[in-house]
This record gives sequence, C-alpha cells and structure tokens, in this order.
Amino acid sequence: MSWLTPEVVEVIIAVLKAIVILLAVVICGALLSWVERRLLGLWQDRYGPNRVGPFGAFQLGADMIKMFFKEDWTPPFADKPIFTLAPVVAMSALLIAFVVIPITPTWGVADLNIGLLFFFAMAGLSVYAVMFAGWSSANKYALLGALRASAQTVSYEVFMGLALMGVVAQVGSFNLRDIVDYQAQHLWFIIPQFLGFCTFFIAGVAVTHRHPFDQPEAEQELADGYHIEYAGMKWGMFFVGEYIGIVFISALLVTLFFGGWHGPFGLLPQIPFVWFALKTAFFIMLFILLRASVPRPRYDQVMSFSWKVCLPLTLLNLLVTGALVLAASQ
Amino acid sequence: MEFAFYFSAGVAVISTLRVITNSNPIHALLYLIISLLAVAMCFFSLGAPFAGALEIIVYAGAIMVLFVFVVMMLNLGQTIVQQERQWLQPSSWTGPAILAAALLAELLYVLFGQSDTGAALGLSTIDSKAVGVSLFGPYLLLVELASLLLLAALVAAFHLGRHEAKEP
Repeated sequence: MSWLTPEVVEVIIAVLKAIVILLAVVICGALLSWVERRLLGLWQDRYGPNRVGPFGAFQLGADMIKMFFKEDWTPPFADKPIFTLAPVVAMSALLIAFVVIPITPTWGVADLNIGLLFFFAMAGLSVYAVMFAGWSSANKYALLGALRASAQTVSYEVFMGLALMGVVAQVGSFNLRDIVDYQAQHLWFIIPQFLGFCTFFIAGVAVTHRHPFDQPEAEQELADGYHIEYAGMKWGMFFVGEYIGIVFISALLVTLFFGGWHGPFGLLPQIPFVWFALKTAFFIMLFILLRASVPRPRYDQVMSFSWKVCLPLTLLNLLVTGALVLAASQ
Repeated sequence: MEFAFYFSAGVAVISTLRVITNSNPIHALLYLIISLLAVAMCFFSLGAPFAGALEIIVYAGAIMVLFVFVVMMLNLGQTIVQQERQWLQPSSWTGPAILAAALLAELLYVLFGQSDTGAALGLSTIDSKAVGVSLFGPYLLLVELASLLLLAALVAAFHLGRHEAKEP
C-alpha cells in the first residue's frame, strides 16, 4: 500500500464528501416534489398525494417509475442537439453552484475565494436552459415562455448581484466561509442588511422561476411555457432542476444572512449541521408557502417591479452600507 | 497548470473556428458561449480567478444572453442555413484566409524571433498602463468630451425609441 500516502487519502475523503453532498442535494430536490404537494394540500384544504405508502411518502418512487418508462419523445421539428442539451443545463447549473456553499466547518466541496462570483456565473448560465429549451422546441408557447424567462432573469440578476454587494462590502470578501465567520463575530446580516435580504430573496425566487415569478410557464396563458414539448426524463430533469434551485437558494440565504451553521446567540455549537439543515428547511417551506398563497402578477408588473422598486432599493442599500463602512474605517 | 491552460486555449480556438464555420446561427452562438467559457478557464489556470469569473458573468451570462435573445426572435429557418452554406464556399474565404495566415506568420515571427519586449521594429513598447496614464492625464478633456458624445447618442436613441409610447 505504498501509494496510499496521506495526500491521496485526503483527496479520496474530499471526493467522497463531494459525492455525499451531491447525492444529498439531488435526493432533497427529488423528495421536495412530494413534500411540496403535501404542504400545498395542507395549506389549500385538500389531501394531496396520500395513497402510496405512509402519508404518500412513496409517491416519489411511483413518479420516478412513471417518468423513466415514459417514451422519451423528441418532436421531429425540434432542433435535436439543443433540445437535448437544455435539460442538462437546467439541472446542472445550480447543482454545480452548490460547491461554494459551506455546510459545516468541516463539510463543503470547494473553498473558493470568489465564491459569490462563482454563484453569479452559474446563475447567469442557468438562463440558457430555458432559452434553448424554448427555442429548440419550435413551438410558439415555448418561445414566448423562453422570451419571458430570459428578460425576467436578466432583469432580476442585475439587482441580485447588487443586493449582495452590501454583504460583501461589510465582510470585505467574496468567500462564503469568511462571510459566515464574520456573522458569528458580529450580527447576522438579516439585521444590518435587511433591504439586501428582501431584494435578494425576491431575486432568488425569480431566478429559480418559482411562483409568483413563474411567468415562463404560466399555465393559463402559455399552456406550460418552455417545457411544453418535453416528456419523460428530459422533463423530469427540468422538474428536479427547479427543486435543486430552491434548495440552493435556501442554503445560500442561510449562509449569507442567517449565520450559516451557527445557532442563534451562539447556542449549541456542537450541532452545526442540524442548525444549517433546520434553517434551510425553513426557507424551503417559505418558498412553498409563497406558491400556496400569492397570486401570479401580470408580466409587465413583474418587470416594472424589478426595475422601478428593487433596483433603486438595492442601490440605496449599497450606498448607505458603503457610507457606513467608510465611516467605520476612519 | 500549464496543461490546463493549453487545453482550454485549444478548446477556445476550436470552438471559435466552429463559430465561423457553423451554418446554423444558434449553434454558432452556442460555440461562442463555449469559447468564452474556455477563455475564462484560461484566466483561472493563469491564476486570475476574478477576471475569469467576470468573463463568465459579463460575457457568457449577460451579453451572450442578449445575442441569443435577438437571434431567437429572427425566425431563422432552413433558408438561412442554405444562405450561410453559400457564403461559406471556398471561393469566398480563400483570399481572406491566405492574408490572415500571412498575418499569423508575421505575429509568430515577432513573438518568437525577436526580443521578448515585443518592440520588434526598434521602437519602445507602449503597455496598457502608459495608455491609461495618457488617457487620464493630458487627454482627460478629450475622454470627457467623448463620453458626453456617447451620452448624447444614448439620449437620442432613447428619444427615437419612445415615440410610440405616448398613450395616456
């Protein structure tokens, strides 16, 4: 066993950790499909899936069997390579972004100095999934959905970046571990960066195309938007990709504004993972509650809300934060 | 890391060639996105992760989205592909290709044959710092005037574009 040097063991452990995190995120995303339907049922006074297994918990298995055995049909008029590429981008872009999330002091895939910028890059690339899906389907509804999605995502990404610059200015680093450590020493950023939190949360919902920002697939108007031509596992990848987006944005909100793996008031530092998971689960519930309770706004309202309300708010937040940081440093 | 640099540089060159030779506009844009990602990888391997991340965010994430957005709306079909094929006949690209190859040969000659400052013709090298110093030093007024001109153009474009939106 001469090749089993300490460095090799370290590499193997790091790779195993990464695989465990990957599997956990994907399984969480898949399980969410059942959790969401049960919770929607609860909040809307109906049952939801409750037949397969205890409380319908095996509904996921039934859905997966259905999706895997459905005919994987590509329309003859579609642009085949791009039609196949789009769901892959949809699922992988935000999944890859998960590497920068620090889960506990010892768990996390990559400790990048440009962590937040890496997230912005991946969020920027995730637009292509919807655009390519909509264009390659050669379907009017799909194209309209893709146009809406790209305009909406580009508009909301503008102030999504600006909303986080207040956090970055206070910490002085793009590294997410530095941001978590800073929050442990000072306040959690939810208090000093409340405006930043509000705008980033809205932008996060919009970037994952979740209700009330699901304009790209608004059923009433667009029949299903960009993934109308998709079936079987290709559609399943869009579906799981959306839930992975929810898990990711929730984890990012916890990391940036709610102290990451730390408990409130430094409570119980022995269970960092439990704190992280609890807070992330809370935000996932919030995403689902939003879908259960808020009506969908008109498309032009969505766009003007982004440019006329959120962008000025984030600029104001950045200006005030910058002035305070400057004043504190002197 | 040297291997990573040359690998991503090779990917960038090949994908950029495919941007030019591809007859389907959307596929060509897809290659352009890959080329930009490869250039970002070059920055990463050179130890400039900030520049690499900005390259992805600004070029691949924002500018290319607008490109794809516009091309998507143009209702391109089989006729466009035919037209592109026609334009890509050897008779139309051999002349420029030969001239460009001559320029490439000259560039390689200057890069490898002469002194490594790049001042191959015996003159001094002007680096980006010198350009910046003169732009924001003696020519500051001209830069400000040029920016005013651009602002005027922007206002004019905005004015021309809004004439339909006069409904109450």
